Amino acid sequence: MPQFRLPENSRVQLGRHYPSPDPGKRICKISIYRYEPDASEKPRLDRYEIELDHCGPMVLDALIKIKNEIDPTLAFRRSCREGVCGSCAMNIGGANTLACTKALSELGTKIAIYPLPHLPVVKDLVPDLSHFYAQYASIQPWLKTEDPVEGDRERLQSPEDRARLDGLYECILCACCSTACPSYWWNSDRYLGPAILLQAYRWLVDSRDTATGERLDQLQDPFRLYRCHTILNCTKTCPKGLNPAQAIAATKRLLVERES
Amino acid sequence: MSTVYPLIEHEYDVLVIGAGGSGLRAAVGLAEAGLKTACLTKVFPTRSHTVAAQGGISAALGNMGEDHWSWHMYDTIKGSDWLGDQDAIEFMCREAIPAVIELERYGLPFSRLENGKIYQRAFGGMTTDFGKGVAQRTCAAADRTGHAMLHTLYQQAIRHGVEFYIEYYAIDLIADTEGVLGAVAWDLSQGTLHQFRAQSTILATGGYGRTYFSCTSAHTCTGDGNGMVARAGYPLQDMEFVQFHPTGIYGAGCLITEGVRGEGGFLTNSTGEKFMERYAPHAKDLASRDVVSRAITIEIREGRGVGTHKDHVDLHLEHLDPKIIHERLPGITETARIFAGIDATREPIPVLPTVHYNMGGIPTNIHAEALTLGKDGKPVTISGLMAVGETACVSVHGANRLGSNSLLDLMVFGRAAALRCASTLEQGHRVRPVRRTMVEPIFERFDRLRHADGSSPTAMLRERMQKTMQSEASVFRTGETLEQAARELEAIWCACTDLKVHDRSLIWNSDLAETLEFENLLACAVTTVSSALMRQESRGGHAREDYPDRDDKKWLKHSLIWLDKKGQTRMDYRPVHLETLTPEVQSIPPKPRVY
Repeated sequence: MPQFRLPENSRVQLGRHYPSPDPGKRICKISIYRYEPDASEKPRLDRYEIELDHCGPMVLDALIKIKNEIDPTLAFRRSCREGVCGSCAMNIGGANTLACTKALSELGTKIAIYPLPHLPVVKDLVPDLSHFYAQYASIQPWLKTEDPVEGDRERLQSPEDRARLDGLYECILCACCSTACPSYWWNSDRYLGPAILLQAYRWLVDSRDTATGERLDQLQDPFRLYRCHTILNCTKTCPKGLNPAQAIAATKRLLVERES
Repeated sequence: MSTVYPLIEHEYDVLVIGAGGSGLRAAVGLAEAGLKTACLTKVFPTRSHTVAAQGGISAALGNMGEDHWSWHMYDTIKGSDWLGDQDAIEFMCREAIPAVIELERYGLPFSRLENGKIYQRAFGGMTTDFGKGVAQRTCAAADRTGHAMLHTLYQQAIRHGVEFYIEYYAIDLIADTEGVLGAVAWDLSQGTLHQFRAQSTILATGGYGRTYFSCTSAHTCTGDGNGMVARAGYPLQDMEFVQFHPTGIYGAGCLITEGVRGEGGFLTNSTGEKFMERYAPHAKDLASRDVVSRAITIEIREGRGVGTHKDHVDLHLEHLDPKIIHERLPGITETARIFAGIDATREPIPVLPTVHYNMGGIPTNIHAEALTLGKDGKPVTISGLMAVGETACVSVHGANRLGSNSLLDLMVFGRAAALRCASTLEQGHRVRPVRRTMVEPIFERFDRLRHADGSSPTAMLRERMQKTMQSEASVFRTGETLEQAARELEAIWCACTDLKVHDRSLIWNSDLAETLEFENLLACAVTTVSSALMRQESRGGHAREDYPDRDDKKWLKHSLIWLDKKGQTRMDYRPVHLETLTPEVQSIPPKPRVY
């Protein structure tokens, strides 16, 4: 008989409840996935109630309020709190996004927060991203060029050529897109996923880079690139408004053009 | 009750702690030199706070008109209110040009001019011909230069095979009377403790903006390097100099780059007046940050603030061509929309001076070697310890840093540190053995905080400290407010015996990590306030209302401060280097600082 149930340690139990001391106030009920690796307990869903009148506007403000005032054991990554470092990516209200730029007011009074999906969980909202980072390194994301530069000056690049990097170089490697991709859920061992493919494309179109052929060779593989089935969850979920799906399509086109 | 922690041992030629701009640049240089290097970081490298820098990196490339590094040097000395060491400033401004070219070669996607060269924008305090004209010297990648730079440096680090230890939290330095032998770190994901031994330890841990309640700094800017150095018994330098950025978003505190004013933006008060014209008739909105922050504070104090509570001012860019905004300022337009709920192409951004940068830190020479005072009162290097970036105080920024000199500082001194190691260290040279007595106090502190079972949660004491610093050690200070701050900080220091840490686990125990960070923050706060109390003059970012003038006779010197285990401080001083590094340029003697 095939096993259809989730493994034991993946079944989420109902956890603790921290009711608001003053239910008359404007309350937001936040359920948060908790997993304590040291405790060998099953993951659970803890429920917190916070007063919105005494909380900053973003989901990250609510998480920090919970950690500071209700439950200091809650673990989550955070750093810049302004949407540029990519630390606080998580699944909020069913969609992957950054806690620091997601407004509570957009989410209603009941919010469920989980770690980014389909990644091993280290603790609570902290997933293990080491495979994602290894995939990033695998595309050799640095400038490769054999063109000599004259003297001790910068390489020249026209504003038009530079503009081709817009929408690509801004990626913050938060992994929201890759972990929203069903194809990546199935095949992340071999499929690079949208975030990494966006970065691969960033080097393909940099006019200064001369390793285009070599880079395309690396991508021409039934899994690394072609597991993209244009589901477009990546583009829909990107908290920076980037379009990985378009970059993947453009990469496929480059490969087709090379063959013809 | 002390738990015995198994210790995993590592030995390297060089240990870099921190993977922001300066740490990564150092690590790349060290890998290039063939030195066995470990780079330890509490966050994944591209999450470091360098990522949030916006405006750009200064270098006299002259792409937008005539420029010379000696003009850049003059501006930096004037910006520092003559507290910067002129030899170090000469070194930095001269090295700026190859540093930016190097970044371009690494692949940084700089914005470009029609002729294909790197785009450069105007920035506060950056002038041509020794103050006569406005320089366009700040090399930019739109308004995301820090992001572009940090990612580029991380890419180079991967390319050079730098060995990273990611989400390792450095607890303390391993040190004895002879010097530093490495550090003990905590692997957050495994919950294990590690001992790193190295011939040289480079601290690249960034600033301590989070000592304040409102700052542009990331949550992770907790002065870890400064805390470790203070606990190891070494001095910190010029801690009283904290930079307030004139334009943090009102409420949220997020940074809005000075590049907005560099591109033609301006500030107004409640009467709609462009008030900077009164305070800095020549440079106007492009005066130094300390000058603009004081001007805004005075406007608000005198009742000319905007908004319901008249407690902030307006930053305008809606008069700029939308194409320019889209091309050169897309990031802050997004930030203003998300955090102020406004469309910056149509309405002004509400802003307020917000803590942004720490000029002070670990004293170093231009080779990034950390300094202390010898028995004869003269500066001597600390064996095995170096510092780069915001945690260091070379000092190139003196009493006030110019915008876009910070990214430059990271590159120049990150590289200098690597070169120094390459020339002084021998590959594979054995490091002195670590005695158990050297690491036991570190375990003891870790274990004590892990099991802290008092009644004051870390978050509560931290907020008390942040609010104290915010109100008493602000843009303007007086002896009275600083004494008030010192008393309150002393009370908080005492309350630390009553700390409460709820989480006792070892894997990703961020309650404990924040508590370790809080001790570092508190060390920074205490040394900042003590140094500020001692310095009875106004210079750069340190504005004493009871001593409104600069006093070169008494105070043209760097403050050095030591902190003991009881939270008591001891001060000493060292002279400012007014001499230049080479005879190619002349020293700029102190004169009144007018913009």
